[in-house]
Amino acid sequence: METIYSVKPILALLVSAVGAMLILFTGERRRNLREFWTLLAAALKFSIVASMIPSVIKGKTIECTLLHLFPGVALQFRVDAFGLFFATLASALWIATAVYSIGYMRGLQAHSQTRFFFCFAFALHGALGIAFAGNLFTLFIFYEILTISTFPLVAHKETPEAVRGGRKYLAYLLTGAVLIFFSMGVTYGLTGKLDFVAGGFLQGHGSDNLLRFLFATFILGFGTKAALMPIHEWLPTAMVAPTPVSALLHAVAVVKAGVFCVLRVVLYVFGPKLLYDLDLWLALAYFASFTIILSGMLALAQDNLKRRLAFSTINNLAIIILGAALLSPSAITGGIFHIAAHGFMKITLFFVAGAIYVKMHKESISELDGIGRKMPITLGSFAIGAMGIAGTPPLVGFISKWYLCLGSLEAKEMVFLFVLLISVLLDIAYFFPIIYNSFFKKSKDELKPGIQEASMFMVAPIAICAILSIVLGVSPNAFVHFFEMASFAMKSILGVGG
Amino acid sequence: MTASPFPILIIVVPLISAFLIILLGWLKKNLCYPFMVAALAVSALSSLAILQEVIHHGILHYHLGNWDPPWGIEYVIDPLNAFVLVIVSVISLLIAIASKKMVEREFPHKVVFFYCLFLLQVTGLLGIVVTGDVFNLYVFLEIASLAGYALIAIGEDGAPFASFNYMIYGTIGACFYLLSVGYLYIVTGSLNMADLSRLLPDLYSSKVVLMAFAFFVVGVAIKMALFPLHVWLPDAYTYAPSSVTSLVAPLTTKVGAYVLIRIMYTVFEPNFSKVAIPAATILSWVAFFAILFGCILALGQKDLKRMLVYVLIAEVGYIALGVGLGNRNGLTGAILHIMNDALMMACLFLIVGAITYKGWPRQIDRFIGLHKKMPVTMAAFVISALSVIGIPPACGFFSKWYLVLGAIDAKQWLFVAVLLVSSLLNAILFFRVIERAYFEPGANERNVQPVKNKAKFIWDEAPLSMLIPTVLLAAGILSVGLLSGTIISEVIQFALPASF
Repeated sequence: METIYSVKPILALLVSAVGAMLILFTGERRRNLREFWTLLAAALKFSIVASMIPSVIKGKTIECTLLHLFPGVALQFRVDAFGLFFATLASALWIATAVYSIGYMRGLQAHSQTRFFFCFAFALHGALGIAFAGNLFTLFIFYEILTISTFPLVAHKETPEAVRGGRKYLAYLLTGAVLIFFSMGVTYGLTGKLDFVAGGFLQGHGSDNLLRFLFATFILGFGTKAALMPIHEWLPTAMVAPTPVSALLHAVAVVKAGVFCVLRVVLYVFGPKLLYDLDLWLALAYFASFTIILSGMLALAQDNLKRRLAFSTINNLAIIILGAALLSPSAITGGIFHIAAHGFMKITLFFVAGAIYVKMHKESISELDGIGRKMPITLGSFAIGAMGIAGTPPLVGFISKWYLCLGSLEAKEMVFLFVLLISVLLDIAYFFPIIYNSFFKKSKDELKPGIQEASMFMVAPIAICAILSIVLGVSPNAFVHFFEMASFAMKSILGVGG
Repeated sequence: MTASPFPILIIVVPLISAFLIILLGWLKKNLCYPFMVAALAVSALSSLAILQEVIHHGILHYHLGNWDPPWGIEYVIDPLNAFVLVIVSVISLLIAIASKKMVEREFPHKVVFFYCLFLLQVTGLLGIVVTGDVFNLYVFLEIASLAGYALIAIGEDGAPFASFNYMIYGTIGACFYLLSVGYLYIVTGSLNMADLSRLLPDLYSSKVVLMAFAFFVVGVAIKMALFPLHVWLPDAYTYAPSSVTSLVAPLTTKVGAYVLIRIMYTVFEPNFSKVAIPAATILSWVAFFAILFGCILALGQKDLKRMLVYVLIAEVGYIALGVGLGNRNGLTGAILHIMNDALMMACLFLIVGAITYKGWPRQIDRFIGLHKKMPVTMAAFVISALSVIGIPPACGFFSKWYLVLGAIDAKQWLFVAVLLVSSLLNAILFFRVIERAYFEPGANERNVQPVKNKAKFIWDEAPLSMLIPTVLLAAGILSVGLLSGTIISEVIQFALPASF
């Protein structure tokens, strides 16, 4: 495979770090300039990332080594199809979220907005670093940057509840990080290297039981961020964060980074062959299935809209992991593609929840009766996103679910097909009441007549994300070749054609 | 012998200046501070020059008064000393720059004597590192300790008593060390380290040598405050003036750790310390408890400075653990951690100094709103806190990485566990402070006010002379971690004993 040496990955990373610094020094007094920095950084970041797509889908990798840290390991960025896939998603949705969060934070007249935008930019820095990391060590560095920069965002409201949420978040994620740290040490002790290799590099090292143990600590470590059950508890609690945070970080950057890391470990450290030999794929698939079913059921029980969305997120993250665990071509493609598909749909849903909160100050599902008629664009987008997650064609969710179902057939494990289908039913069960109530039920309390949409800063990103969920469903390769990147990554992992 | 004058310059300049500064104080008090900074700058520059020379030309020897070793005193500088020298001299320079305002505020009448003692303390520490003679090391150890007792005693209420306590422990430690030197002299007739390492292997079975080794380890363990011989440290470092704590806390313990490595692995052979007697194993178990004990006791502290003092005890445990593991990765981690921890502790104690300088109490629960007044200081605090916890890319993570690798190599899973658990405990410790300083209860209620009317940051930072060293240290914490690969391949790997 051809390798290009370029500083583009570092530029893409630096844009948000420099942006964060500019935001910090501009401060509250010149808030328009500060917001300008956010938007500029987001736009630049996306264009740098997007400029790498053409060469990567031709099968090249873009590499950039900064420093040699110790024998066999360097601070190195290597952009392959899988990493670029995640980076494109995160940076594209940052633009939408940047616009949205300006509307949201100003709409609520929130405090400490400078800190908010600073940490936000830094979180994106971390997410891109994870996407581009060429080895486990670099990945871990950015993984921690992401963890730490998200903490002030989770606790942003500074109420006792928010502070508790922040503490819980840190407790879970730092414990997970410690496990990763340990697993990384063992991996380095066994092999003397940490570079990601499509198809894995651990094979032939260590005893079977040690490898099984190592796999468990890896999955538990990264699983905290990917909110696998039973280590998911921080995610619903972290919903006290402002909605843009929940939207971008708890639907895209942070949790997807967790899933991304799990997939990196499964497919690029252990590799399909080793997982087959050790029967680990089945264990992971059952583990993920358990999360899928349970989180779907728990979502039914939530009355707080954001908490319900959080459980739905947990559900979908596990679906992605299931796709990777099945190790069949369609399942891996579907799993990877679902990272983007779910990202677009879930961010729409979170944006909607935030818009309702800002405009109507409502957070519970039981209060949403009749609200659809007041905020038709917002709730209409919600309906699109929700149906997409339930896998309705022609929305983008259908494509990933279709491939996942095909994948479970290819893997000859019917159980997982049923798991996926049940999860779709659960999706319908917990989303459709919201759609129905908001459009067709009469409101209990008197609402002012007429349309009452939130500000354009919020409605525009909502509508755009919803439209994108349709466009990507009709043409999955639209704009940035998401599907092509996903299938390309799959090919290189399974060693077919790539 | 080489012609390089730096090994002696690095000692003589601060030593002579310590006495000159008293005379200068009679003439003009204002000149003392620039004079001290200049003296320490000379030391720092010579240490950097030494490091350059050692990297390019190998080990430096300097024979005092042209007496040939083993009769005369010899200064030997290999990569290990050179590395520790740079740390000690650079950090003491930064602390010296920062100390001015603190000293002038805390005890304006004793400024001249403070500078004198400060220089003597630095001389002692540098001397311990530079010398190649075990008795000369004792002399410098006492210079450093005596200066330390006096410096600590200047502090707040309780300081004289804490200092007295320290003096008793310190003297006992010094006695153990001296006894050990005496025993070695009895059996070998030599005090020169290189000579001793040649003569000792034949005598390893001798009970006298074993006793000397045991006395030696205990003596140094007291000086470096290794649990359970740390008892003097919490009080002494808490009550000492901030300027003193930020000098002695990062450096004294590190220099102690250096002596431990030097004697265990240079004067005695690694094989002796690891295999012939299980000293290394015992040391690592002691370190195991030191880490746990330090972290857990730190959890109970309400005073930030006292909390940091216990963290320091745990950090000493890390270094001792690395030394005790006795393999390549472990010792690399220990040596790296000498640098990292010196940076972190200097930065943290300087921050405590800055906070108290601005009239804040040291009680953690009264830090509310601190980040608005002192944003730069608190940013530095966050960076060093993340480093102590071990979060990349701060430097603390890298030394922890090597220590964990060392423990994995040694198949000591309990040590791996304690390193990881201590990370989590440190996270609790430091995020408790960060939460207080950055989050305000009730901040959300003010949402109703328009943002514009709020004066966000009421700038009330520490003076620049304190702020700049703090920021430099914080920048150091962020950069030396990423540069650790270079540091190890250029310096540390040559500092390891050949058999590793």
